[in-house]
Amino acid sequence: MYAYDEIDRTLVNERVSEFRDQVKRRLSGELTEDEFKILRLQNGVYLQLHAYMFRVAIPYGTLATNQLRALAHVARKYDRGYGHFTTRQNIQFNWIKLAELPDALEDLAKVGIHAMQTSGNNMRNVTSDQWAGVAPGEIEDPRIWSELIRQHTTLHPEFSFLPRKFKIAITASDHDRAAIKIHDIGLKLIKDEKGETGFEVLVGGGLGRTPFIGKTIKHFVHGRDILSYIEAILRVYNQYGRRDNIYKARIKILVHELGIEKFSREVEEEWQQIRNSSLQIDDEVIEDIRSRFTYPAYEKLPHMPDELRQAAADADFEAWRKNSVAPHKVQGYSIVTISLKPIGKPPGDATAEQMDALADLADKYSFGEIRVGHEQNLALPHVAKRDLPALWKALDKLGLATPNVNLITDIIACPGLDYCSLANARSIPIAQELTRRFANHELANLIGRLHINISGCINACGHHHVGHIGILGVEKNGEEVYQITIGGRADEGAALGNLIGPGVKFDEVADVIEDVVEAYLALRERPEELFIDTVKRLGVEPFKERVYATR
Amino acid sequence: MTSPLEQKKIKIAGPSVVTANRTWDGIVVYRTAAKSWSADLSEAAIVRNSDEAKALLAESVADDVGAIGPYIAPVQVGADGKIEPGNLREQIRRTGVTIGQSAQV
Ligand code: HEM
Ligand code: SF4
Repeated sequence: MYAYDEIDRTLVNERVSEFRDQVKRRLSGELTEDEFKILRLQNGVYLQLHAYMFRVAIPYGTLATNQLRALAHVARKYDRGYGHFTTRQNIQFNWIKLAELPDALEDLAKVGIHAMQTSGNNMRNVTSDQWAGVAPGEIEDPRIWSELIRQHTTLHPEFSFLPRKFKIAITASDHDRAAIKIHDIGLKLIKDEKGETGFEVLVGGGLGRTPFIGKTIKHFVHGRDILSYIEAILRVYNQYGRRDNIYKARIKILVHELGIEKFSREVEEEWQQIRNSSLQIDDEVIEDIRSRFTYPAYEKLPHMPDELRQAAADADFEAWRKNSVAPHKVQGYSIVTISLKPIGKPPGDATAEQMDALADLADKYSFGEIRVGHEQNLALPHVAKRDLPALWKALDKLGLATPNVNLITDIIACPGLDYCSLANARSIPIAQELTRRFANHELANLIGRLHINISGCINACGHHHVGHIGILGVEKNGEEVYQITIGGRADEGAALGNLIGPGVKFDEVADVIEDVVEAYLALRERPEELFIDTVKRLGVEPFKERVYATR
Repeated sequence: MTSPLEQKKIKIAGPSVVTANRTWDGIVVYRTAAKSWSADLSEAAIVRNSDEAKALLAESVADDVGAIGPYIAPVQVGADGKIEPGNLREQIRRTGVTIGQSAQV
């Protein structure tokens, strides 16, 4: 867990009273919507189809149980009893009244939660691996560095009025769970040959209208230089970035237009001027942040406790364990992923009751800590293996033990036309129908790892470009039409998917996806060959032929 | 930000209403003939040509304290005078999400 210092607490409280005053002036007519819009966006408040939407940050995906209970409280008191976890370690509430928002913000501020930097053209919530600090083989806890960057960029003038929003993600493992290649800046913690900690730095990733996979701009930047290096990137961006055209304003466009060589030369020049400035990080600063992250007092536990041995006879438990439980860096412990993708329900939603109950379970079994990942699932990061059977029973009662993590029903979907004012088509009902089609666990297991991502418009909030199967909703003559891509991926091997054929209508999407999956099962060389690898080996054509032959 | 009035020439293809979100709570509302807002589509003022649409929108935009983001939306008016939303987006805005909410599990 991370303990905020006094400065942060004061800042958060000041923002609440400032916003309370702004809302008051808005409701009295003293502020027009034009004047107020930028202020509400700075506090995470959007307007959707049916109501205001309130986006709250969960910095690097770490939540304490009192924080999760506060989110449950907001869902219950100010919203309709649920919240929606997003792909950027945020939670959104869909039905908040503007007049009550200051109260909701105040209730959250009491537990150190805020909505700063969740919208607007600034440095957004720095995201990280949801397994940070517990994943075996990780270089070191990436949240230490996320926090360093957060402190440096929060409300920093250079980062508050960027040409466009700006997103950073950090990972410290070889397997990238933070999707760093689709962020404006992606950082991978590594050690150089001398054992010094630093970063491989990637820039220019992003999805939306013009998707790009981030490129490596420098293979090693020493940890102490990372702020000056990021600042150098932002200075080049601020200098050249296009403010005239919203569609061209992201750094990915600049990197593409200048070319990665020229862009890195510019950054290097800028960096040489500032790297030995006050931006150089003292070891004490890092140590101070490091000391604020506390880790549980783990017990010395056996690798294979009796409880686990006994529970292995229960096929349902085993199905869940194999699917949702991952190794921990400390012997005798595991990381448990909690699927927020029950069959037939909107992906990423959790009710207030579920959040409260989960907070209780985290207190009992996970040292009071919960994590939020970009796949719209949650995790309990420190579960003793002997507690797994009891935890499973409790999760199952809450509807939170669907054993489908990383399977075809673990779908990432944006809110789409059911909520979003920018949408062209619905996303959630497509996801719901697909989970029903593939509800059978044996079938889903037989298919194996397969990520479906759905967006309701080209803004790509559902990351459809990097779904193994990507579904993009568009509008054609007043009708919802869906374009389907295959072969995308969001991890260390990030790639953009390719279209498999003409768009299909709402009612046909699930049929087409079934055909794609059938084609895969027929085409794969052996059961271990993942969907994504079959597509890589064969390309789009054989899929296209099979899927569209009869259409 | 440009006001919706300046955006482009207002042309409507059939009966239309002006809709927006109520400022204090964000719910969907429709401009009424009584120069006010109602959450009930059946109370919406119907406009049938561009001049009427423009006038209704102008008056709606002016009431910035009442509701935000007003725009013209198509409707269908039945033989019995019953007003129905003219497209899926407006249908969803009127009747709510199509997905069954988690809160109602
Ligand atoms: C309904 C409220 C929402 C609105 C109005 C909205 C709006 C947008 C817009 C306009 C963009 C494109 C920005 C750009 O290209 O510069 C965007 C991107 C994005 N949104 Fe949303 N969004 C919403 C909800 C969500 C939700 C629920 C999620 C998570 C599930 C999400 C995740 C993202 C992500 C990850 C991107 C970045 C894609 C990229 O890399 O360019 N958004 N959003
Ligand atoms: S992808 Fe489009 S429809 Fe989906 S949430 Fe983002 S802006 Fe809305």
